[in-house]
Amino acid sequence: MRIPCPYCGWRDAQEFAYLGDATVERPDPAAADAPARFHDYVYLRENPAGPHSELWRHSAGCRQWLAVRRDTTTHEIIAAEFVRGRGARR
Amino acid sequence: MGYSVLSLIANALTGQRGWTPAWRDAEPKPFYDVVIVGGGGHGLATAYYLAKEHGLRHVAVVEKGWIGSGNAGRNTTIIRSNYLLPGNEAFYEWSMKLWEGLEQDLNYNAMVSQRGVLNLYHSDAQRDAYARRGNAMRLHGVDAELLDEAQIRRLYPFLDFDNARFPIKGGLLQRRGGTARHDAVVWAYARAADRLGVDIVQNCEVKGFLRENGAVSGVETTRGAIKAGKIGLAVAGASSRLAGLADLKLPIESHVLQAFVSEGLKPMIAGVVTFGAGHFYISQSDKGGLVFGGDIDGYNSYAQRGNLPTIEDVCEGGMALMPALGRVRVLRHWGGVMDMSMDGSPIIDRTPIAGLYLNAGWCYGGFKATPASGWCFAHLIARDAPHPVARAFRLDRFATGRLIDEKGVGAQPNLH
Repeated sequence: MRIPCPYCGWRDAQEFAYLGDATVERPDPAAADAPARFHDYVYLRENPAGPHSELWRHSAGCRQWLAVRRDTTTHEIIAAEFVRGRGARR
Repeated sequence: MGYSVLSLIANALTGQRGWTPAWRDAEPKPFYDVVIVGGGGHGLATAYYLAKEHGLRHVAVVEKGWIGSGNAGRNTTIIRSNYLLPGNEAFYEWSMKLWEGLEQDLNYNAMVSQRGVLNLYHSDAQRDAYARRGNAMRLHGVDAELLDEAQIRRLYPFLDFDNARFPIKGGLLQRRGGTARHDAVVWAYARAADRLGVDIVQNCEVKGFLRENGAVSGVETTRGAIKAGKIGLAVAGASSRLAGLADLKLPIESHVLQAFVSEGLKPMIAGVVTFGAGHFYISQSDKGGLVFGGDIDGYNSYAQRGNLPTIEDVCEGGMALMPALGRVRVLRHWGGVMDMSMDGSPIIDRTPIAGLYLNAGWCYGGFKATPASGWCFAHLIARDAPHPVARAFRLDRFATGRLIDEKGVGAQPNLH
C-alpha cells in the first residue's frame, strides 16, 4: 500500500503512522451535553466498509498530517490532502 | 449417528459408506424463537447452548456464506486463560473449563491439546508484570507457573537466549493452555446443535431488520424474511455493518490480522510460545506446519488480506526469537477481519433496541473464547440477564468508564 503525500509524492505506507477516523470532531467542552458528545467522539465509529476518511502522519517523511480517503475493502487510495488548512476551507 | 470406536470399525468394515451428513442443510422457516446471525464458532455455540441449556426448540443460525468461513477458519487455534483483569479472567477460565470437556459433550474430536502456553519475558520489569499476572490468575484458581531461564532452556533449548537486545530471562507458563482444531470446533457445534433441532441456514445474508414499535421482530435476508422473537448478532468482523442496519453505532473498528503457516516439519515446538519483546506467537500443528502470527496491520480494513510490512515484521519477530526459523519457508498466509473494540475487550450485552442482542468486539482473541462466548450469550438471550462471568462485557461501559483495558493503551483500536 502506498500513499500519495502531497509534498513527498507516492511513498510506502510504512513511512506513515495511522491515527484513525478523520470525520470525528472534538466537541465543545462547555456544551451542556458534553459528556455524551465526548463519549461519541472518543469511542463510537462509523467503521464503513468502503471509502473511509482517515488521518495518517508522514512521520518518516515530511511529518505532516494527512487526511486520506481510502477504500477499506480494497485498500485503494482515493485521495490524500494536508490536514493543515483544511479547517479554514470548511 | 453417534461417533465412537464402534461406529469407526463398523464403517471401516463396510467401505465407509455408512456416514451421513453431520448436519442438515436447513431451509429457513417463517418464524423462530431466536435467530442467531453468524455461523461461526460463537454463533453456533450460542445456538447449541440455547437448545441444550435453556431448552429452546425453535432456534436458527443464519450465515451469509458457509459456516466457519470467517475468523473461525482463519485463526491460529490457541486456547488459554492467562488474563490479568477480574472482568476477563473468570470468563476465559470458564471457557478453558468448557474446552476441557468439549469433545465429550459434543461427541466430536476437536483435537483439544493442552500442550502449554508460554509467554517469555526479557527484562526485570517484564518479569514483575508476568509475576503479577500469574498471581492474579492463581487467585482466580487458574494454573500459572513463573519459570526462570534454566527451566525454559530445558523446554525449548533452541531459542535465542543470549540475544543482545532481548535476552530471554524466563516466562509465564499456563500448562492447561494449548491448541484446538478450529474447523472441527465449528463442525462439532454445528452437528451438536443440529441434533437438538437447531436450523443452520447457509448462504443466507441478512440485509436488514424488521421492526415493530421500536423492537426488532425479524430479519430480512437474501432468502426472504424470517420473523424472530429475539435476534442475536455474532458476526465479529462485520459487527459495525450489521449494527448499522439497525442504526446502531458501535465502539468498534475493523482491522486486518494476518496469520501464517510454514511447510511441514518434524516435531520441533511442543507447545505455544510467545515472544515478549515484540508481538509474535508460534505453535506447531499436528500436520507439522508452524502456525504463527503477530500484530494487526494497524489501519481500518475489511479486505481479508494485509500488506507486506506486517509480514516482514512478524517474520523478524520470529527470527529474533528462534533463529532456526531462518530457512523455513512460509507455505501460506492469509488475513481475517477483526472487531477491534475501543478497550481491547469484547461485548456480550443487550442493545438499546428491544429484542436485539450483541456479541462483538473480540479483537484477535475470539477463538479461545468460543465455548464461553456461546454459553454466556445463550444465557443472556434466554434469561435477559448477563451470565455472572460475562457481566463486565457491557456495551455501555465506554460511557460509564468501566473499561477492561488489559493492555492499557486507551481508545486506540489499532494498538490493542
